[in-house]
Amino acid sequence: MGNAFFVLDDGKIFEGESWGSDGETYGEAVFSTGMTGYQETLTDPSYHRQVVIMTAPHIGNTGMNKTDEESLKIWVSGFVVRDPSPIVSNWRAQRSLEDDLVAQGIVGICNVDTRAITRHLRECGVMRVGIFSNMDLSREEMVKLVRKSPEMSGSQLSAEVSTEKKYIVPAIGEKLFTVAAIDLGIKAATPRLMSERGIEVHVFPQDVSMEQLLEISPDGVFLSNGPGDPSTMVEVVALVRELLLKQIPIFGICFGHQIFGRALGFETYKLRYGHRGINQPVLDKTTNKVEITAHNHGFAVQAPVDGSFDTVYGKGEVTHVCLNDGVVEGLALLDRPAFSVQYHPEAAAGPHDAGYLFDRFVDLMKGGIHAAS
Amino acid sequence: MPRLNEIKSVLVIGSGPIVIGQACEFDYSGTQACRVLQAEGIRVILINSNPATIMTDPEFADATYIEPITPEFVEKVIAKERPDAILATLGGQTALNAAISLHDAGILEKYKTRLIGANVDAIRRGEDRQLFKEIVASIGGESAGSMICHTIEDCYKAAERFNYPVVVRPSFTMGGLGSGIAYSKDELTEIAGAGLRYSPTTEVLIEESILGWKEFELEMMRDYKDNVVVVCSIENFDPMGVHTGDSITVAPAMTLTDVEYQKLRDLSIGIIRAVGVDTGGCNIQFAVNPADGRIVVIEMNPRVSRSSALASKATGFPIAKIAAKLAIGYSLDEIKNDITQETPASFEPTLDYVVVKVPRFNFEKFPAADNRLTTTMKSVGEAMAIGRSFPEALQKALRSLEKKGSSFSWDQISKSKEELLVEAGVATESRIHSVQQAMFLGATVEQAHEASFIDPWFLAQIEIINKMAHLLLQPGEISEKMLRDAKRLGFSDLQIAQLTGSTEDDLRKRRSILGIHPVYKTVDTCAAEFKAMTPYHYSSYDYETEVEPRTKPAVIILGSGPNRIGQGVEFDYSCVHAAFALRAMDFETIMINCNPETVSTDYDTSDRLYFEPLTFEDVMEVYEAELAVGPIVGVVVQLGGQTPLGLAARLQAAGVPIVGTSPAAIDIAEDRGLFGQLLKDQNLRAPKFGMAGSFEQAQKIANEIGYPVLARPSYVLGGRGMEIVYDEETLAAYISKSTEISLTHPVMIDKFLDDAIEVDVDALFDGEELFLGGVMEHIEEAGVHSGDSACVLPPTSIDASLTKEIREATEKIARGVGVKGLINIQFAIAENLLYVLEANPRASRTVPFVSKATGISLAKCAAAISLGKSIADLREEGALPKSGDGIAQGISVKEAVLPWNRFRKKDGSGVDSLLGPEMRSTGEVMGRDDEFGAAFSKSQSGALGALPTSGAVFASFADRDKSKCVDSVKALAKLGFEIVATAGTAKFLADEGIKSKVIRKYSDGLGPKGELTAVDSIESGEVALVINTPFGSGPREDGWRIRTAAVARGIPIITTIPGLKAAVLGIAAQQKGGFEVKSLQDWLK
Repeated sequence: MGNAFFVLDDGKIFEGESWGSDGETYGEAVFSTGMTGYQETLTDPSYHRQVVIMTAPHIGNTGMNKTDEESLKIWVSGFVVRDPSPIVSNWRAQRSLEDDLVAQGIVGICNVDTRAITRHLRECGVMRVGIFSNMDLSREEMVKLVRKSPEMSGSQLSAEVSTEKKYIVPAIGEKLFTVAAIDLGIKAATPRLMSERGIEVHVFPQDVSMEQLLEISPDGVFLSNGPGDPSTMVEVVALVRELLLKQIPIFGICFGHQIFGRALGFETYKLRYGHRGINQPVLDKTTNKVEITAHNHGFAVQAPVDGSFDTVYGKGEVTHVCLNDGVVEGLALLDRPAFSVQYHPEAAAGPHDAGYLFDRFVDLMKGGIHAAS
Repeated sequence: MPRLNEIKSVLVIGSGPIVIGQACEFDYSGTQACRVLQAEGIRVILINSNPATIMTDPEFADATYIEPITPEFVEKVIAKERPDAILATLGGQTALNAAISLHDAGILEKYKTRLIGANVDAIRRGEDRQLFKEIVASIGGESAGSMICHTIEDCYKAAERFNYPVVVRPSFTMGGLGSGIAYSKDELTEIAGAGLRYSPTTEVLIEESILGWKEFELEMMRDYKDNVVVVCSIENFDPMGVHTGDSITVAPAMTLTDVEYQKLRDLSIGIIRAVGVDTGGCNIQFAVNPADGRIVVIEMNPRVSRSSALASKATGFPIAKIAAKLAIGYSLDEIKNDITQETPASFEPTLDYVVVKVPRFNFEKFPAADNRLTTTMKSVGEAMAIGRSFPEALQKALRSLEKKGSSFSWDQISKSKEELLVEAGVATESRIHSVQQAMFLGATVEQAHEASFIDPWFLAQIEIINKMAHLLLQPGEISEKMLRDAKRLGFSDLQIAQLTGSTEDDLRKRRSILGIHPVYKTVDTCAAEFKAMTPYHYSSYDYETEVEPRTKPAVIILGSGPNRIGQGVEFDYSCVHAAFALRAMDFETIMINCNPETVSTDYDTSDRLYFEPLTFEDVMEVYEAELAVGPIVGVVVQLGGQTPLGLAARLQAAGVPIVGTSPAAIDIAEDRGLFGQLLKDQNLRAPKFGMAGSFEQAQKIANEIGYPVLARPSYVLGGRGMEIVYDEETLAAYISKSTEISLTHPVMIDKFLDDAIEVDVDALFDGEELFLGGVMEHIEEAGVHSGDSACVLPPTSIDASLTKEIREATEKIARGVGVKGLINIQFAIAENLLYVLEANPRASRTVPFVSKATGISLAKCAAAISLGKSIADLREEGALPKSGDGIAQGISVKEAVLPWNRFRKKDGSGVDSLLGPEMRSTGEVMGRDDEFGAAFSKSQSGALGALPTSGAVFASFADRDKSKCVDSVKALAKLGFEIVATAGTAKFLADEGIKSKVIRKYSDGLGPKGELTAVDSIESGEVALVINTPFGSGPREDGWRIRTAAVARGIPIITTIPGLKAAVLGIAAQQKGGFEVKSLQDWLK
């Protein structure tokens, strides 16, 4: 163990101890408030190029296991915790967290006041950060290096996280539908939940063409979550617009929701410090019920929350809002079979309250635009 | 949706006296409910027999009935008040059971009122084990294999099916009363036999054992729109087999992955829906097999519970408050989160800290009791601590217990690693210490786990603490880094000093030089995602502090810490009053306390709340942190009982201003020598006494003053270790038991006044004027601890001249001691002479009772006096009457509630229920009426020991009591009772002209024709009332059998002659009937 520094863009430095791999790493500093699910967080491609601060102090208690991985690798660019567990205690654990971090070269830092960092980001907004672990650098040098690292705004990251080749997740039981999922950073739980509903999921690379999509005659198209700035996703947005014209049912989540919003003509914007956690209250305006949901988004769609709105694809409405801050959390077209949510109905990690959205997608594919609501 | 407009009035049912398993957490929840309902403009009607509660303060309800929580009395209240609805889910099992009885008796229907918060069907589905099991299965969950049994034979069959050990759980009892684990048929006979008796439906569940599994609990809330949130997950440090109330518990859960946690969450939501808890809170307990993750649902409470209070304090999410809002028709998304004041209550709190709760036991008061922890709750209180890590929170929690040996220690481990590991196999209060010390001596985490089944994660955390201790033990000066690291792991200065051969004061100085101080973080429900508006703080050795600057002068109020026998809710009551009074005087109020059950630790009570241990170090750190952000007028120590009082001198020496009675004055009252001198100077009479540092000295003193004597250690509360000693032999035995006796810890030997009347006085003194709050006459004679004795206000047998003398003596003592605030004095009257027994310059246990009886808040006035107001000022303001002393309206009787039915000896037999100088009651009730008999009768009903109106009375008397009992026994016979007595007593009664039925003594055994003995007759329920006064000093077999049989069967038992006299008056009043209920507000008109 040695010294490590957590160095923010604005010059604020927190000193802690090295943990995980030694070396330097850069990314956008974001905090996640989930008390469970660090493994899912680490392996979620949406966290690509982000340094994640866990607000829960004890991390690593249950180790790492094969079945809870959301992808084949750890995506976070750095990991910040207060008290890493000295041992692993869980009947499903196969490896320890720190072993995985070291094996995958993830630079971490521990024994820092994670709450102080969180409060700082809450007040000042997310920003670039570097972690320097066992490095011989002056404070000034470290800050300079952080300021040279790339910004999240304007970053197109899908290509870095997307699958290179199409793969198929077969339906469980009788196959009812075929869905083309565009992998912008998809998590393992999403195709799994669809396959449980009789959907054969064809997962396509993010640069899939319309022709490739249509080859499998999809009953619906799924737009996955993923990292980066949605305003850079011009090609996928264009693809979605074509799909809308063809009336193929669409379901987007998270990054996919932002792309769907942009396809409808809305702007996206960066939140000051984003929503990252598994306790966010979202109101489903169609049922007036609250669901507790898993979030991981730094950007959001700017759309009118009350009443309906007009788009070139007909009328639409905001279906879900976050009750904490009123951020748009769901969109639906009223005349075409397409909807999206900003959060994670697959909820890995997180509560299963929003699982019904996959059923809505199924209903949409069964026919009837209004099936969704 | 706005609230249900048709509801204009609500009856809130409280939880009655504090008993093991049902403590002041229900005052906290009930107070919140009353506040919410009042704020909505609803007429609040409250019934609660416990006067020592904030909720029964007249301002918290429109009509407050301090009456027994029995169907009979609740019906009277309903008939009088005609509430639109009844809220019974915030008053524990007592309120819920009352509500079910009222429903079953058709009373709700009769008066066209209804339950809100939960319906009867949902309560039944949640509490009836068979129905609940079906529900669990219906949503795809699993329960432990079990069988419902109504007879002992059924129980044997069940045990054969599941193999021993099996778990016995009686239905519809609270705090796990009567439940236990049976390892053999004999044990099953005993536990299940008692369980069948305790269960109001004669029903027990025999269950497959899941001992050693991990235990979890989820606190849930649901609204009428079917929005459900999990407020908190709790993981038990102790594996399955120990009642949750007796377990060390941790929030949030520490050893679950998200996948596993979400399974528990899904099951919980499924269950709350299927059970049909429409609105409000509930908790669900789970066992998880550590080997394969198999989940078994244990049980649910379809109401706010002890765990809800803990979860509220642990998360900042006020469950009871929100449950009350949901009950009147709000939905979660319509309610604001108090703490952020921005986000809604329809979210799940997330913690960026660790909360540890540790139970507080009082086994030392029940030396005969089996101290093994089982599924029957035995702890009397709890402390909670918050830290940024588990080691920090755990060490803070352990020192919050304020009990010798409760903190980890590393020196003088007298046992071997192997012995400690064997000890760790049995769940007891000290198991955590056995585990910690075994590991310190080299046991591995695996070995400790195999011995105790405690999760390896927790053990590894304790190992981190042990490793630090090893480092500190190494010779040489400890480095700054080591000191910082140790503080970060929750080590107190005292612990570090012990390990490094230094002193606490030196450690403190060293830290001060190095600038090592804790920071204060905030409990904010959201892990800092949103700004917190409520300053609810806890300390941590971390980087950034969140204490905001302030301009108003502040007063710090020290609370009373974990509840224990002798220091319970009554002291919290006074602290809360001080907070209210001082806020009204425009001070910034700062509360320090570590008891999660209380109103004082509600973040609404004071301007700032510090959830911290009440030790010198922790209090000093808060003081310094607050002094750095604004002016501090002083610290209030006289309201929280002995805990803060014990800190006063040291705080003052450290430069902390103590407001009110000064530490020097406290010392005058507490030092027997100084106090004796004061009495002498003032010409006040006191029983002769002396202080002994050895047996020889004790012997000499006792011979000088004459037997019987009262022997006790100095500086204790609640009569710990106090005994009446009748002869030298017993004195020798007492001294040899008092291991701590020394010149610095002497034993006090007082003349014991046989047959004296004891009187308690609570008064205010401002340096000039005395205000006598109330004079209470004890019903039991001197020698029974004042906390265990019933008492009556105003006194019934003290004449005017004595009353005058009492007032004068009180004033002399208050002036002589130098009281500024409250003083409590105990007097004895023997042969019409007044003796001073002791004076306590602080709020006493009886302050709430007196306040309820007289309508004057003594604690508020005391707080005001300590900050410079005079009694004249308070008279002017109307806080005190314009002239004169406190006047009680009607006759008020306070009765103590004793926990005999909780404790068993190792052989399974009951512990003796004799009253004595050692306090053992857990709570109290108040009975009030126009005349004594009715008031006493109400107090007995409220104290869960209602007097009979007819039937057989078994009577047996000590020889010395025989002449004194005649009138009362005659009266009972005249009232139509059949008197049953053993031959000796029967003969004596016959001589006095009282007819009685002769019954065999227990020691004679069954008669030739199977004639029952007294004990059998009690056990078979043939007797409605048992009178048994003890013979001499030691418990004799017959008497003990009789008393334990009565306790086990739930038959009221009287063990003193004055108690009998009072009971006769009570029974006579009952026979006359027609008791009325009258609200506190009406009494005080």
